[in-house]
Parts: sequence; C-alpha cells; structure tokens
Amino acid sequence: MALEFDEILETIQMVQMQNLDIRTVTMGISLRDCGHPDINVFCKNIEEKILSYAGNLKATVEEIEKEIGIPIVNKRISITPIAIAAEAVQAEDYTPIAVTLDKIADQVGVDFLGGFSALVQKGFTRGDLRLIKSLPKALASTNRVCASVNVGSTKAGINMDAVKMMSEVIKETAELTKDKDGIGCAKLVVFCNVPEDNPFMAGAFHGVSEPEVVLNVGVSGPGVVRAVLEKHPEVSINEISELIKKTAFKITRMGEMVGQMVSRRLGIPFGIVDLSLAPTPAIGDSIANILEEMGLERCGTHGTTAALALLNDAVKKGGSMAAHNVGGLSGAFIPVSEDAGMIEAAQLGALTLDKLEAMTCVCSVGLDMIAIPGDTPMETIGGIIADEMAIGMVNNKTTAVRIIPAPGKKVGDGVEFGGLLGYAPIMPVHQFSSAKFIHRGGRIPAPIQALRN
Amino acid sequence: MKELTKEDELLGLKEPNKNGHDMPRAVISVLGEDKVGIIATLSRVIADYQGNIVQINQNIIQGMFSMIMIVEIDKLSVNFEEFKHSLESKREELGVRVVVQSEKVFRYMHRI
Repeated sequence: MALEFDEILETIQMVQMQNLDIRTVTMGISLRDCGHPDINVFCKNIEEKILSYAGNLKATVEEIEKEIGIPIVNKRISITPIAIAAEAVQAEDYTPIAVTLDKIADQVGVDFLGGFSALVQKGFTRGDLRLIKSLPKALASTNRVCASVNVGSTKAGINMDAVKMMSEVIKETAELTKDKDGIGCAKLVVFCNVPEDNPFMAGAFHGVSEPEVVLNVGVSGPGVVRAVLEKHPEVSINEISELIKKTAFKITRMGEMVGQMVSRRLGIPFGIVDLSLAPTPAIGDSIANILEEMGLERCGTHGTTAALALLNDAVKKGGSMAAHNVGGLSGAFIPVSEDAGMIEAAQLGALTLDKLEAMTCVCSVGLDMIAIPGDTPMETIGGIIADEMAIGMVNNKTTAVRIIPAPGKKVGDGVEFGGLLGYAPIMPVHQFSSAKFIHRGGRIPAPIQALRN
Repeated sequence: MKELTKEDELLGLKEPNKNGHDMPRAVISVLGEDKVGIIATLSRVIADYQGNIVQINQNIIQGMFSMIMIVEIDKLSVNFEEFKHSLESKREELGVRVVVQSEKVFRYMHRI
C-alpha cells in the first residue's frame, strides 16, 4: 500500500520537532567463560571476549542511524554480573576490573557499559561481597561503568543486610565523587526484581539465563506522546488511552526495526524491545508534561498516580503489539533530574519524595535520579531503599533506587550533572530516624505472593 | 569471520549481512522558504546518481515550501551515504532543510 503524504509528515515531525529517538542499542555479552584466579588474566579474557562481539557495534549502529534519519542516542554494552563472572578471581578489590571495563568501553566507543553488578536478594557469595565492597572506589575511578545490586525479589524477600550495605556504599560513593556533586551515585542502582534483559542504564546487565550474546533496544519518545495529547485537549480519558496506545505502537515499531537491522548486519540475535518512555532534559521531552497535559496543574498533585497508571498501561498495550519480543523494564520512567517537568515540579514543591514513591507503584522502575541533602544519615537512605524494595516485592514488579546524597548540599540547592543526567534539585527527606530498623540486619521473608505453585 | 558451526546456530549467531539491500526506496523531505530552483536542483542530483523519482508531493503553505519525494534507489551509482550527503548538502545553497531517509522507516511505522 502506498504511503500517504500525511503519514510521512507525521513521522518527520516526530523526529524533528518532538524528540523521537531510539534511546539505546545495547549488546548483552556473556562473560561466564572468562573466569580465572589471576585478576590480570581475567581482565584480558573479558577484554578479548567483549571486543570479539562488540567491535563493530558502534559503526554499524551509526550507519543505520544515517539510513533511517532517526537519532540512535546511545550504544551500550551489558555483561554478566561481575560478581558471578569474577567469582574465581583471587583478589579482594575488584576496582581493576572496573577500570578495565572502562577502558574497553572507551575502545569500542560505547557510551556506557553495565554489569558491575551482584544479585544478593537471598544472600551473599564471597564474590558478591567483594564486588559490593569495591563499588565506591570502582565508581569513582571510572566514567562509563554502571553498577547495580539486586537486594530483593518477590521470590526471595529483601536482604536487609544488603540494604544496609548499599546505603553505606551510596554514602561513600558520593563522598569519593564529591568534586562532581556525587555523580558516582548516578551510575549505581539498587533493585528489587531486576530484569535480566534491560537495555537501559544504569541498571543494565546480561542475566545468567540470557544467551551467549544478544541485542536489546530501548525506545524513547515522551515528546511525541505529549504532542499527540496536546492536539486533543478535550477528549475523555478513554480517548487519551487510545491515543497513547497508537502512539506507543508507532514509537516501538522504530525500536523493532532498528533491532532487526542491527541484528542482521552483525549476525547477532535480536533479544527484546524495551517499551519504556524515557524522558530527556530537553524541553517537552518529559513524562511530567504528559501528566500535566492530561489535566493536572503540576505533576505531583493529587491525581498524578492515576494519570501515570493510565499512561504506563497504555504504553505497554500499544507497544506490545509492535514488537516480536518485549522485555526489560517496559514502562514510563520517572527520573527526576532527567525530566525538565519533574525538575520544575520538585522545585515548586508540587512533587515530593513521598509522592514519587507512590508513583513508583504504577510505573516501571522507582526512585530514580533523586538528589537529597548530603548530610542525610546512611540509615535514612536504608529506609528509603527498604520501602521501595517492599513495593516491588509485594507487587511483583521491578523497583529501584538511584539516589544521590550530594555532599555539602542542602534543600534549596541543586546539582548539575550535565548531558542526559540533567539537573537535580535537592529534595527533602523525613527527619525522624530509621536507624534501629536498618541496623537489625537479616532478611524480610518472601511474601505470601511468592507461593504460586 | 570463521565458518559458522551447528553450535553457533543454536547460539543464534549468523553470517553478518553487510549489504543494506533492504532499501529500494528513499523518502526525501524538504522544508523551508520558497525560491526558484529547489526541485530542479535536487532532481538534477537524483538523476546524476541514477535515482528514479516515483512520487512527488509539493505544497506552498504560508510561503513555506514543503515537498516529499519518493525515489527508487536500487540502481544508484554511488552508495546511500554519498547520495544522502550530496542531497543534504544542498541545504546551504537552497536555504531549505533536506532530509533523506530510508522508506522503510515510514512503512514500519504506518503499515503492519
């Protein structure tokens, strides 16, 4: 069937005026065959392995970007969690591994490399402990390496020892990167029910049940959704849902197409499209603005959770029809610093940490890119993490915390990370203590929802 | 690259397919202030490289020139990148925005 003039024009507008882009093509690579007791040999093994598959990634993606005329913003690599891949390594400090990964990322020309990670929801191995202990230094000595630790799941409950440990790691990482407002913490995510095929950073890693090598694609496009709603100011909620579904379908088709093109040209299997709506600091490319377009004066006011639930569900319904395989996080992201509308709402006091927590019950991920006062006690961070993990555990969904206790900063200040990471106003936290709860240690048992057989 | 084995097949690995022959047509979109010779200039470039224009839709909306061309590019005498660059680099001379994209983008988005 011939293309209509209007259809062509619509697509061109999406790209040129509404910030439609493919957010990332992420290559997942298994490092399970790289283990060695000698850290230097291990580093050499992972370097050889990653280069053998990802050597042509950047060039191929850039070639496709030119052909389709749609920006593909990031090229990334995810790897087997290093705590697993490096378990056999006889070294207490894994920082040299992170430094090697940083060097590889630079050499291959990818923007980020994710998988300096551990999965400890039910307990630690020696490798897990060494990885977690190495995190602050590893994050402070690298630029492109992203780390994540899964501390809870619906099946296992929440490892509260790990929650406490991660709170300390976050404080220490912020301190070690204080010359850059604690930017190290922007590359570290604490998860519950982490997906193993997520192409988005900072939480991407190549899960243990994933194949040898795979390509995953993350789409973007909040600006496109907002523009569509803007054109229909008076329609009912049902109509809004329909409009979002249709738009999400179109956006996701671009991800599917790019995934198939890269896969064919590299000879590497295509895994999934992640249906997430990922905002950027660009004006108009904001999840908060979509919610406001639906009729909320400011994101964060009463009704925000309902509006977000509607958005998230419609995105999934539309997107799931557009791709062969859907996976990853798949939902709307609400990172504060990366979303101009969220930043504004937080500065006005319309959007609070408590409201954000409620919003994470109905969308993908969780408390994301939130800056809090530098003097926030470790135990309060632990409480924030534990709450967020509990939401994920009980509701069978992924939740996460990426929080930055910005050294020396107070409520009213802000931190500027630049680029896609944006600007974060310092948000207030509750002043009453969570210390005794966090220091008890142990594990919150798996909830009754875990017993499904 | 070495020969693919049965095991490679199970891993989902295939021979990389480098030639982008999934692209028989391109969509060329032009937007900007109207002036003499926009179509003439671009058509000349297309013809020089053996592109074949199959459809043109052109309008002047409030003094703005807007045009979409669909061009067969399977017999191009140069590669796509060079073709694209030759057309898009006319933007200074013509004072209009020229974008060349694979038609596949539009088919994928609007046709199931």
